[in-house]
Formats: sequence, C-alpha cells, structure tokens
Amino acid sequence: MTRKAKRLYSIGAMLIVVGAAAGLVLTALSSSVAYFQSPTELVKNAPSPAQRIRLGGLIEDGTVKRDGSSNVTFHITDTVDSVLVSYTGILPDLFREGQGVIAEGTLGPDRIFVADTVLAKHDETYMPKEVVDDLKARGLWEDGKGLVKKPDETVSVTPVAGAGS
Amino acid sequence: MIVEIGHFALVLSLSVALFQSVLPMVGARKGDQRLMETGTIAATGAFVLIGIAFAALVTANVTSDFSVLNVFENSNSAKPMLYKVTGVWGNHEGSMLLWVLILAFFGSLVALFGRDLPATLKANVLAVQAWILTAFLLFILLTSNPFQRLDPAPMEGQDLNPILQDIGLAIHPPLLYLGYVGFSIAFSFAIAALIDGRIDAAWARWVRPWTLLAWIFLTLGISMGSYWAYYELGWGGWWFWDPVENASFMPWLAGTALLHSALVMEKRSALKIWTILLAILTFSLSLLGTFLVRSGVLTSVHAFATDPTRGVFILAILCIFIGGALVLFALRASSLEGGGLFAPISREGALVFNNLFLTTATATVLVGTLYPLVLEVLTGEKISVGEPFFNLTFGPVMVPLLFAVPFGPLLGWKRGDLLGAAQRLYFAAGCALAALVGILAYTGGTKVLAAFGFALAFWLLAGSLTDLFSRAAFLRTGWRTGLSRLIGLPRSAFGTALAHFGVGVTLLGIVSVSSFEKEVITTMAPGASADIAGYTLTFDRVEQRPGPNFEAQTGTFSVRQGGGELARIETSKRFFPVRQMTTTESGIWTHGFSQLYVSLGDPSPDNRSIVVRIWWKPLITLIWIGTVFMAVGGAFSLADRRLRVGAPVRSRRKAALAGT
Repeated sequence: MTRKAKRLYSIGAMLIVVGAAAGLVLTALSSSVAYFQSPTELVKNAPSPAQRIRLGGLIEDGTVKRDGSSNVTFHITDTVDSVLVSYTGILPDLFREGQGVIAEGTLGPDRIFVADTVLAKHDETYMPKEVVDDLKARGLWEDGKGLVKKPDETVSVTPVAGAGS
Repeated sequence: MIVEIGHFALVLSLSVALFQSVLPMVGARKGDQRLMETGTIAATGAFVLIGIAFAALVTANVTSDFSVLNVFENSNSAKPMLYKVTGVWGNHEGSMLLWVLILAFFGSLVALFGRDLPATLKANVLAVQAWILTAFLLFILLTSNPFQRLDPAPMEGQDLNPILQDIGLAIHPPLLYLGYVGFSIAFSFAIAALIDGRIDAAWARWVRPWTLLAWIFLTLGISMGSYWAYYELGWGGWWFWDPVENASFMPWLAGTALLHSALVMEKRSALKIWTILLAILTFSLSLLGTFLVRSGVLTSVHAFATDPTRGVFILAILCIFIGGALVLFALRASSLEGGGLFAPISREGALVFNNLFLTTATATVLVGTLYPLVLEVLTGEKISVGEPFFNLTFGPVMVPLLFAVPFGPLLGWKRGDLLGAAQRLYFAAGCALAALVGILAYTGGTKVLAAFGFALAFWLLAGSLTDLFSRAAFLRTGWRTGLSRLIGLPRSAFGTALAHFGVGVTLLGIVSVSSFEKEVITTMAPGASADIAGYTLTFDRVEQRPGPNFEAQTGTFSVRQGGGELARIETSKRFFPVRQMTTTESGIWTHGFSQLYVSLGDPSPDNRSIVVRIWWKPLITLIWIGTVFMAVGGAFSLADRRLRVGAPVRSRRKAALAGT
C-alpha cells in the first residue's frame, strides 16, 4: 500500500467511526431527551405517553398527600393551571409546599403525571432555573423576591413558611 | 489587617504575572538569558503571593471574621473547624482562588523542576502559563473578590451549604483542580512549541509526565466526587451525567487520549500535530468546564455564581484562549514535520484507534452537555439530556475501544502481529467466555446485555495482565525465573497493565450494579423488617441526636442473614437551622465489595412510620477501586526511568565536571 492509499483508508475509517457516532447522537437526541413544560403547556398540549417531560412549577399548597405507603401525590402549578403528579419513592430533602420543583416522567392516559424523578432546588437561595425563567417569561414571577439577596437584609434568617420536613 | 494583606498580595501577584507574561518571551526572542530567567523567579513569586492571599482567606474563615462578605455568606461560628477550613473553597470566590493557587503552583513546579528544559522552551512555557494566570487573577479581582469587606460586620454568618459540610469537600475540589488545572502545563507546552515552531520527541517526553500527573489527580478527583455524591445525596446513584460531572469527565477523556498519543510521539515521533492539538483541546475542555460550573449557566450545587458579569468574563477568557490557540495552531501546524511511518496494525495504529474512539466519545459527551444550552439560546426551548442519551451514544462508542484495550500493549511498534496478539489472549478470551456463559446460566438467559458486559469486564481484567505474564514467561521458564523477569520489567509496563486492569475493575462494578441492583421502597415503623437480596433489615429505632450545628434524626437498622446479626446501619436526616435545610446521611454497610444502602424519607401522616429506601448494590465499590488502580498505574508510569527527563542530561553534566 502506498502512503496515499494508507492515508485514504485511515481517513475513511475515521469518517465511519465519527459518522456512526454522529448517527447515534442524532437518534438519541430525537428519542431520549426530556422537554421542559409548564403545567399550562402540559394541559394544553397533552403529549403522548412515550414522551419524557420535565414538568416544572410550584408545589401547590395543601395538595401533598401520602397514602401511607411510599406513594406521594401532589399538584404542580404555575398559578394558571395545575397538574396532578404521582411519585413513588423518597422526595428530595428540600421538597416543600409552595416551593419550586421539577418532576421528570410521563403523562399517563388518565392525565396523571407519573414522575420517576423529582428534583427540588438545591438550597435556600435558588429556585430551579427553568421554573424561574418560565414564570418570569410569562410575568408570573418578579425578580427581587427571594432571588436577590442583600447581606444586611438576611442577618436574621426567618424560617420559610411551610418548612415542615 | 490580614485580609487586606491577602488582598494586596493578590493584586501584587497580578503584576508579577503580567511581568511573567512578557519578559521571558521577549528574552526567548532575543536570546537574552537573563530575561528568560525572570520567568523562573516570577513564577515562584506568583505562587508565594497567591499562597499568602489564600492563607489570609483561610485565616479569615478559621477566625470567623464576618466582616468579610465571603466568610459571612458561607460560614458560621458553630461550624466545625474542618468545614471552616474546607469551606474556603466551598463557594465561588474561594474556589476560584484555589484554582489560581493551583495554577501558580504548577507554574512554579515547571520553574523549579524544569531546569533541564531548553531555556527558550521553558521561558515560553512560563510566559504562556502567566497569560492564563493573569486572565484568572483579573477575573477574581474584578468580579469575584473574596476579600470584600462588609460594614457593619454582622454578628453571625449564614453558614455553608449543608450538602457541602462533609469530608468530601476537603478532598474532592483540590484533587479535581490539581487535575483540571494541571492540564494547563500541557497547553502551555503546546503553545510554546507552536511559537517556537519546533517540536520533537523530547517535547513529548517533557509533556507526558505533566499530563500524567494531572491525569492521576483528575482520575481520583472525579472518582471521589462520584463517591461523595453517592453517599451524600441519598439517591443511591454514583453518576448522574449532570453537566457539572460531564465538565470534569470531558477533560479526563481528552487527557486520557493525550497520554496515549504523547506515547506515540515520544517513541516514534509520529502524530506530532495531533498531539499538539489534543493538548490544546484537553485544557480547552478544562476551561469549558470552569465556565460551565462557575458562570452560573447551570444551576446546581456547584454553581455558586449567579452574577451574569462573571459568566461573560469567563466566556471571554474561554474564547480568547481557545480561539487564540486554535488560530496559532492553524497558522503553525503545517510547519511541523511529520514523523515515522507505521502500518495500520501496530502499536501506533492501536493508539490511534484509542485516540479516535476517545475523542469521539468526548464529542458525544460534549454534544449532550452543550446541546440543551445551545438549543435554549437559539429557540428558547428547554430540554434535558440525561442518562438515556448517554447510554445510547457514549456506551456504544466505548465498547469497541474497551474490546481493543488488551490488544494494544501486545502489538509491536511499526508493524504488529494481530494473530500473534490474539493467540496470546486465549486465556483472557476463555475468562470472558466463562463469564458470558456463567451469567447467562445464572439469570436463565434473561440478561443477555449484562452477560456481555461481564464478559467484556473479564476480558479486560485478564487481557490487561496478559502482557506482563507473557513477558515474564512463567510457563516457559518456571515461576522463579518468571518472577525475577517480572520484577525486571520496566515500570511503565506495570503502569499500563494496572491502569487497564483498573478500567476492567470499574467496568465490572458498573455492569454488576446496573444489572443486579435491588431496591425496596417501603414505609416502616420501628420493629418492622424488610427483605432484600437475602438479607433482612430490621428497623430498630429512630431518635433525635444533636450535632454541632444541626439536629439529626437517626434511624438504626440491624442486618440479619439466617439468624445472626451481621451489622448495624445508621442513617439520618440532618436539619441545619441556620439555612433551614435538611440533608440526608445515607447509611451504608459494606460487605465484601458490595454495599447495602439505606436512606430515610419523610414520616407518614400519622408520624408512626417513615418512608425507607433500601438498595442492594452488588460489587459497587469496584467502580471506585478501579479508579484507584488507574491512578496507581499512572504513578507507576510516572516513576518509569524513561520519563525522568533530567537523568541523562545530568549525568552528562557530571561527566563533564569529572573530566575537567
């Protein structure tokens, strides 16, 4: 084999590998990503049960129900619409009524959102970014409420309402 | 006062870095020895100054000086001493200071240990290193000053995020940064070589130990972070494909490729241009990681920053360095001469194969990490890319690579004998086949994928040791000669074998956990029992226990098998009043290489019972043990005589001295 032929072969082999990987990436992107939706969008669109959704909003006050076993139901709201969510497992430490949350899962035919993952914000300071952005974009959230923090205001930390867990 | 000294030292280090950015390079241009030497002094000076600044911040934290904004926001007088120290880098400002401290540390290492580098190369490397240092010092001083005062000083601080109040914070970030930032040396060497327009096998011999050192730290850092997340978050997962994890994983993948391609360049002076490019890409991915984590574009425990100016600043640094480096590469790469030829089936060919697959794997991770960000910027649509995506893309790319690993070290340089290599791997193939059949039989043919996973793991385990055993020739020469031959092998051969073995160990852990993990979620009242994987867990009691800055609700479980009690597991939920935050302390019982993992959830409405989640994680510790093997393999490689750059030069110098 000449040097040129060798180079052609090796470039060909590389193209095959990279092309295969690109193909995999494209398939995976079209089939296995989860789309963020607000309760309003979810109620309006009603996606197929196969589509993974990240449902983000606030946990509606007074809706968290535990059935005595490890199953929990609650409503996620964006103050316009709300969606019933069912989840089996341990909720994150920062899961509280009235606070921001993201539930990942699928919308069942019975219109109950079955979540396999529930994410709450990571600490006192932040809401899940997607939730804030979404609420802000629709004028349901104002900056400066719990987001902007000036040191002299927070010298004495007041407990958050509903801090039950 | 101490705080002001720290601040001043930091400003001073910036001016030193500015000098270091220019003078050595001018010296290298003009061939002025004394100007070039300034780099050595400046690099050491910058490290000392940043060290002083860092010490000042540590002091402020340890003495709970709440007149410093950073201390006020992240500390509390009730916080245990360990976390007062580690809390220094548990926030954005302090963590950036640690970043530049380590950057300066590596710069001073080159200055001190690079005595045998060609003077111009060393001068250029130190100058490039100083460019990076300058950029990040500016970033800290302009946008993230850790020494900012607060007037009037509050009485008490806001405490550190409780998730970070763990021994993991003491180990994970420093190790990770030593890795991340250590790749800057490879980058500086690459840029210096491009500026010089000269690159040879000796260059690779200098770059490889630095890359190896950074790689060892990064390996351990990622592994530590994974274990920390595993036990601290209480979700039982050890890897989440979280963008922040990917940010550290991408430089690791690229760095692994760089290690291998530098090998080709050093031995056969081939793949020069590619190695230079990889060195640039690896550190670029480190910078990208810093951007992703520090800019606040992602919200997670790691992203302390919410100030957009910081994001823009790091993005600018990122663009200037990556863009500049790539432009320089495009201009100069063609002037570098190509190296030795080799057949496709050869050690070089195998290493090219390795590089091809590793970089492709890096690319899939990159796409999965950045795609959601790009999509959101372009269309406003929000998606999340998680485990399913990476299982579909990263997984298939890694399989052929892992399959090929045992072949690499068995092939000769220049032209290899694939059939010969395959014949020497018959034992490994036998192990793999046995694992395949064994798992299929054990699961009744239901877990085909798992069986192939186990087969691949055993293929790697046995295959990576094949080279050592066949070179020691136990079968031909008997065990006594064989043993002495084995000890006589170069350390790099052990390094390769151990690191590859480690990959097999990690893979075995991953495959085992993902196919045979068991999970029970149930509500339990004290006295109740749950069965999992042949063990019986009894919920003995739950009690309140006070901690230094938290209240813990601790549940005690006893583990039984048959009749006898095997162990007790304690797991708790800690409530931190200052931040009004709860964390989970999972209870873990390690049995052999496997673990039982228990975490507590919320109490039931009547407060009599509590949600409990129990996992059986077979062989899970192998995931992290494997990374230790990889790191030890790296250390062996580092200790190899071949990599001791100075050795031959120094002896020549001594010979010259003896001659006079």
